[in-house]
Amino acid sequence: MTAPALSKTAEWRHRLLRRHIVGAVAAVLLRVAAVAGIAALVLLLVVVARDGLDRLSWDFITSYPSRFASRAGIRSALLGSLWVLELTAAFAVPVGIGAAIYLEEFAPRNWLTRIIETNINNLAGVPSIVYGLLGLALFVRAMELGRSVLAGALTLSLVVLPIVIVSAREGLRTVPPSIREASLALGATRWQTVWHQVLPAALAPMMTGVILALSRAIGETAPLITIGALLFVPFDPHGPLDSFTVLPIQIFNWVSRPQPAFHQAAAAGIIVLLAVLLGMNAIAIAIRYWSERRRQW
Amino acid sequence: MAMTETRPAVRRSPRRRRLLRLQEAPVLGLLFLCAAISILTTVGIVIVLVEEAVGFFREVSVLEFLTETRWTPLFVEKHFGVLPLLSATFLISALALAVAVPVGLGAAIYLSEYASPRVRAVLKPSLEVLAGIPTVVYGYFAITFIAPELLQRFLGQQTAFSALSAALAMSVLLLPMVSSLSEDAMRSVPASLREAGYALGSNRFEVAVRVVLPAALSGIVAAVVLAMARAVGETMIVTIAAGNVPNLSWNPLEAMQALPAYIVQVSLGDTPAGSLEYKTIFAVGLALFICTLLLNVAAQWLLSRFREAYE
Repeated sequence: MTAPALSKTAEWRHRLLRRHIVGAVAAVLLRVAAVAGIAALVLLLVVVARDGLDRLSWDFITSYPSRFASRAGIRSALLGSLWVLELTAAFAVPVGIGAAIYLEEFAPRNWLTRIIETNINNLAGVPSIVYGLLGLALFVRAMELGRSVLAGALTLSLVVLPIVIVSAREGLRTVPPSIREASLALGATRWQTVWHQVLPAALAPMMTGVILALSRAIGETAPLITIGALLFVPFDPHGPLDSFTVLPIQIFNWVSRPQPAFHQAAAAGIIVLLAVLLGMNAIAIAIRYWSERRRQW
Repeated sequence: MAMTETRPAVRRSPRRRRLLRLQEAPVLGLLFLCAAISILTTVGIVIVLVEEAVGFFREVSVLEFLTETRWTPLFVEKHFGVLPLLSATFLISALALAVAVPVGLGAAIYLSEYASPRVRAVLKPSLEVLAGIPTVVYGYFAITFIAPELLQRFLGQQTAFSALSAALAMSVLLLPMVSSLSEDAMRSVPASLREAGYALGSNRFEVAVRVVLPAALSGIVAAVVLAMARAVGETMIVTIAAGNVPNLSWNPLEAMQALPAYIVQVSLGDTPAGSLEYKTIFAVGLALFICTLLLNVAAQWLLSRFREAYE
């Protein structure tokens, strides 16, 4: 019963040593795991740059696609992407911000609001290709918009809407309740409070989130293939009812061909696509930086 | 308005207040409509998928759909067994998660328990960049790097396409999802629990694995389930990298076709509306929708339980 202090036994020292070793090894492994993702990112960028940088030129950006890999370019795809992005923003941003304002500022706490909120969370998890099927049956067939820019933009609006709503709500939440209370105390109605106080204050953080949400629309491929965006478009889209292609679909088209020359074109297209995304992210971050410097609370 | 300007003290009569509220009613209605569009979207998805799928099941029995082992709707001799597509989706997702979950969880533990605030401020957003890269880019990566330079060289993969190549590319995409959400869960574990662990003489790793990990478990499981839903519905990577041959096999080095890849394959062809081929993509889409919906509901249930525990 009179055991010697545990710390003196050989077994205890042995166990302590083992715990130290396990801890040290784990620390290294965890660090490796944390860096693994970054390593994959760097590798991916290096592979794309290796294959595509030589192919990238002004001609590549201003030429139409071609059967000959060396002459193929992304002009119509880039224009198509811009068309789709603009129209998607035109639908998704007002509706998304409207929904966010309703849920954040007006919605009563009842079963209907709970259903809407749960529903938005679920929609964010629906695979984008399922939206493509909805767009195909609803916009392309039932509304007879055909395989047009408009049908594509409406479909993508539905895809990004849940994300736009969530990020707009986060923007609204950056405005402290005291601002609202002050406005209401001065006799403003709830809408006057939202319109004159909350929205101006929340605009910049909302825009940051919304731009990031829209940047997802630029990279979406599957729903647009499903609604029947074309693979080969040797002309510029001129209006919302024209047929179109987008950058990711053009890249997909080139990737699916066996010839290495088309793979190079795909890599060059990826560089342009990533540059567009980088630009949008830079704008979003610039807005956030600028708004945080100007914030008065 | 002119009246109120002449009077220094603005006291609105109840009637005027009611009028103001009445004027705002249409605005409020419009805002509600914006929020209600999300409900309409869900209803629309369900109606469209079910309507076309019912048309499909009128011609093909549910039993054949679920038990037949061949999927050849585009051939002359048609068979409609969804098993090859389901098994491919399951295999690719499982392999992708088998890589993404341990690595992502390791990264989350490092970020939450080991990294200094400065390291964390750099590492976390860099990891999240991976989630923002378009999936065609991962497809390109799989087919020009993972397949030829890793799998064909070291594992003896025969063709340019394989389930494993798609799974590895997908695991990179899933990594930030797993790590970000798990890290959020682990960071919201109260510091007092960790301090209790240290006070009992545990080292950093023991506290992370025996105290923080169990306390954040439901959040971590939710992260994994969400990643699973993402993997099941991910389309472009499997379309580009896994090949487009329905193949009931468990060999990850073979080419196979996943559920969403079939939808893309049919969409690329010119399929007339109303034909059986047209209806198959909605039946397949319905299967996909049900899988991801169940996973998402499970994840949200886990998350709401987890919030109750620690806030």
